[in-house]
Amino acid sequence: MAHIKLADGVPGIRGPMLISPETTRPLRELAEVLLRGPNTLTPAEREMIATYVSSENGCYYCQYSHGAAAAEHLGGDYALIDQVKQNFAAAPVSSKLKALLAIAGKVQRGGKHVTPEDVERALEQGATDKEIHDTVLITAAFCMFNRYVDGLGTWQPQDPEVYREIGQRIAKHGYNAPGWERSVSATGK
Amino acid sequence: MPHIRLPEGIPRILGPMAFSPETAKPLNELAEVLLRGPSSLTPAEREMVATYVSSQNDCYFCQNAHGAVAAYHLGGDEAAIRELKKDFETAPVSDKLKALLALAGKVQRGGKHVAAEDVERARLQGATDKEIHDTVLIASAFCMYNRYVDGLATWAPQDPEMYRANGKRLAEQGYVRSTDHLSMKAGG
Repeated sequence: MAHIKLADGVPGIRGPMLISPETTRPLRELAEVLLRGPNTLTPAEREMIATYVSSENGCYYCQYSHGAAAAEHLGGDYALIDQVKQNFAAAPVSSKLKALLAIAGKVQRGGKHVTPEDVERALEQGATDKEIHDTVLITAAFCMFNRYVDGLGTWQPQDPEVYREIGQRIAKHGYNAPGWERSVSATGK
Repeated sequence: MPHIRLPEGIPRILGPMAFSPETAKPLNELAEVLLRGPSSLTPAEREMVATYVSSQNDCYFCQNAHGAVAAYHLGGDEAAIRELKKDFETAPVSDKLKALLALAGKVQRGGKHVAAEDVERARLQGATDKEIHDTVLIASAFCMYNRYVDGLATWAPQDPEMYRANGKRLAEQGYVRSTDHLSMKAGG
């Protein structure tokens, strides 16, 4: 049961977002610009960073909803997302993304864990300053979103179909489109 | 030295914010509504939650910047902020705020650390669902801001006078306008 009164049948972050529209607006705008705004990193790459960080933070709802968004951006490649979460160094993703995921893993533990060598490795693999900045901020933002979702004890369904639907919706319509607040059609058991 | 090339002469979180204005906008708006928007928690109480979390995350800039805003709201009581960071249970703050700070400390370590008893304690001291929600989100948001500032190794000034002046400015003018002068500079 959630720690505070939230609407029934509304999963994850949507529950607290419904009771606090004034904070929801900048949170959704932040997610939209970070994960879908104009960028040299693809939406799939950025969703993979979000998924990996959420997985490291042990946030079920965030890792499966953003994992589904990443998979849907990649034509439904859910196996790749599992590989990235398990061991990104061995996953079939670019060396640049591996270096950025390594930075993300450091930021997840705490900002001070990032070393000049981590950044140097990303630069050597072709990452730009902007891509490094965005990786740090995406990771930092998911250290926020994950805590918001788990810190309030939100309802997190286990049914993969729920997340497939969420992922498809995010990939197609993004974070700021009307209708995000409705409850999901599948019921997690 | 910062990990990436940030605009010169712009210290602290303002460096990456000037570097990336499209993300700075929602970041500032979030800080504004969380710390200064209409709420039954005072701006001082909310800044104290932000300061405590930043201190637990060992973010020098954020804990001193927001500690200065809180102190300004409290009529300059910097000693209260120092006590709060050292041990909030014995600091001169309300029992409700102590319970909310305990909750914030759990969120700082990770969302799953929050136990039903932590929430119960806050309720017993009169905290509302909205205040519990806001405390969790402020603590979560500062786990973001702290990582943004330290993850890019931004430069943090050491001069207490700078933090005092900055605290007064943020307390009086808020966060949304805090980067206006940067875009003016960038615009010519």
